[in-house]
Amino acid sequence: MTEFIQQLINGISVGSIYALIALGYTMVYGIIKLINFAHGDVYMLGAFAGLYATLVLKMSFVPALLFSMIVCAILGIIIERLAYRPLRNAPKIVILITAIGVSFFLEYTTMYFLGPQPRAFPAIFKEVSYSFFGGKVTISNREITIVVVTIVLMILLQYIVHNTKIGKAMRAVSYDMQAARLMGINVDSTISATFALGSALAAAAGVLVGVYYNKVFPLMGIMFGLKAFVSAVLGGIGIIPGAMTGGLILGITEALVSGYGSSLYRDPVAFVILILILLVKPSGLFGKNVREKV
Amino acid sequence: MLKIWFTKENLTVTVLLLAVLFGVQFLAQAGIFTPFIMFVLIQSAIYIILTVSLNLVVGFTGQFSIGHAGFMALGAYASAIMTLNFNAPFIVSLLVGAIVAGIGGVIIGIPTLRLKGDYLAIATLGFAEIIRGVITNIDYLGGAYGLMGITQRTNWLWAFGCMLVTVMVIKNFVQSSHGRACISVRENEIAAEAMGINTTKYKVIAFTMGSFFAGIGGALLAHYITFIEPNAFNFLKSFDILVMVILGGQGSITGSVMGAVALTLVNAFLQSLAELRLVIYAIILILVMLFRPQGLLGSYELSFKLFQRKRGVNHGSHSADA
Repeated sequence: MTEFIQQLINGISVGSIYALIALGYTMVYGIIKLINFAHGDVYMLGAFAGLYATLVLKMSFVPALLFSMIVCAILGIIIERLAYRPLRNAPKIVILITAIGVSFFLEYTTMYFLGPQPRAFPAIFKEVSYSFFGGKVTISNREITIVVVTIVLMILLQYIVHNTKIGKAMRAVSYDMQAARLMGINVDSTISATFALGSALAAAAGVLVGVYYNKVFPLMGIMFGLKAFVSAVLGGIGIIPGAMTGGLILGITEALVSGYGSSLYRDPVAFVILILILLVKPSGLFGKNVREKV
Repeated sequence: MLKIWFTKENLTVTVLLLAVLFGVQFLAQAGIFTPFIMFVLIQSAIYIILTVSLNLVVGFTGQFSIGHAGFMALGAYASAIMTLNFNAPFIVSLLVGAIVAGIGGVIIGIPTLRLKGDYLAIATLGFAEIIRGVITNIDYLGGAYGLMGITQRTNWLWAFGCMLVTVMVIKNFVQSSHGRACISVRENEIAAEAMGINTTKYKVIAFTMGSFFAGIGGALLAHYITFIEPNAFNFLKSFDILVMVILGGQGSITGSVMGAVALTLVNAFLQSLAELRLVIYAIILILVMLFRPQGLLGSYELSFKLFQRKRGVNHGSHSADA
């Protein structure tokens, strides 16, 4: 039982990070129906921005987090502007291939300049562990930080999406882009804002992972990004609460698989979940079935 | 019947190909072609097999698969086990590898091909990762360390021969009525279905053929490099082949051949700069998508008819269309 609780705690911390990244996938998909493969790499760059902020600019945790989020928000806008906007009306496969290209560009440019070896993330705050059940279950303040930051960001996101003008525009564009344009909504800037928001959340996830695992490397975005995407599909892509739930479910499942089975099966299990959900309920747990119109 | 087969064109092509096959072999044995040139040539032939087979799925049938490396892995491992543990002749191990990969294609194809576009892409990627994950967990297959000491059986004759068979089979398939059915699935699945084409059947056929030949490619590669590990068949490998397809042109076999050869050359010359190579790949991919999304050749096929037309042999109707 204590083992189970311990795995649950690990799962919730990793799952929160998946959820943060998944939100970016889901928001971008919701608005322009694009799987932004480069999103996982924005998360990686966010981690490196956090590293730079703490090592070079000597920032503490919260300023570093904000710094990294701002850097990645700008980056997200640039990526959208240069790579995706010229292809707004191109066939879906063309955009998907471009996204894969952007992803590899970010990964290997980073690797070219910084080298492939992992870098140690500085310990921003001293680790304090709290034990329960006679020391069998431990929670560290890093795990608590991850969960708290995630919850704060999600409340903020909910507020932005539901209570602000730009959030309203985002919902309108995702509902019907043409109609939104006719109503005088600036579709381009709304899409930019979506990329900025999603990228900022991914950057936060990157910094949190840096704090949690203590290391960052240029290819860290591939697997984490794919799994975050799995979370988004699991919850129902395009649906914000779905991404959060999907992330948590995936994180907990993975923690249980590595806790009770073999940690080598952790990655395949995520994809088994993906394929099962695609085959059984492609619209995801929270999604509605939309019939294709001829 | 014989008249159709033994046309001047077909004879010329056959003679040319045989000349290349034995000419290169002769030059290699005479020591005129250095091992590096032979390495590039053999790699090109193997990548042509992989690219043409992926093009059948992505380019001709319009099913966006990014898990080709998974089938390569199946072929490579099955064939390596055949030669390592059962002392099978090379041809047998090649066929076993291809068949195992083909069966994998059927098993994966039937459920996933109901998905479309992005979802299919991500599902095939997922399957490739599952195959890789499972191989990593099987000790009999060497686990994460891979299999070492595979005898080098792939030489120029094998690689080029397999390439010829692959290209011929896929070219003839694409030009047959089945191939037309596949193309109709790509163009408009709903319309194809309305015309009475069993779209699932053709998708599964294309997918199975694609993975069968990917298996051959994987088997050849395993017996050329003599060492395989699960990580050699990750997303990066699928991406390599995908770039070759996209660059050459989706739906063009000639384009696939060109794309495979061009990028094998880029790979060979930038081998010491692995990161730079992938940056260049990514830039090529993005630029091609932005400025020429149909690839260098589009769905155009280079053939002897083209040269005849240029020489002034005009068949009237050809000049009007185009």
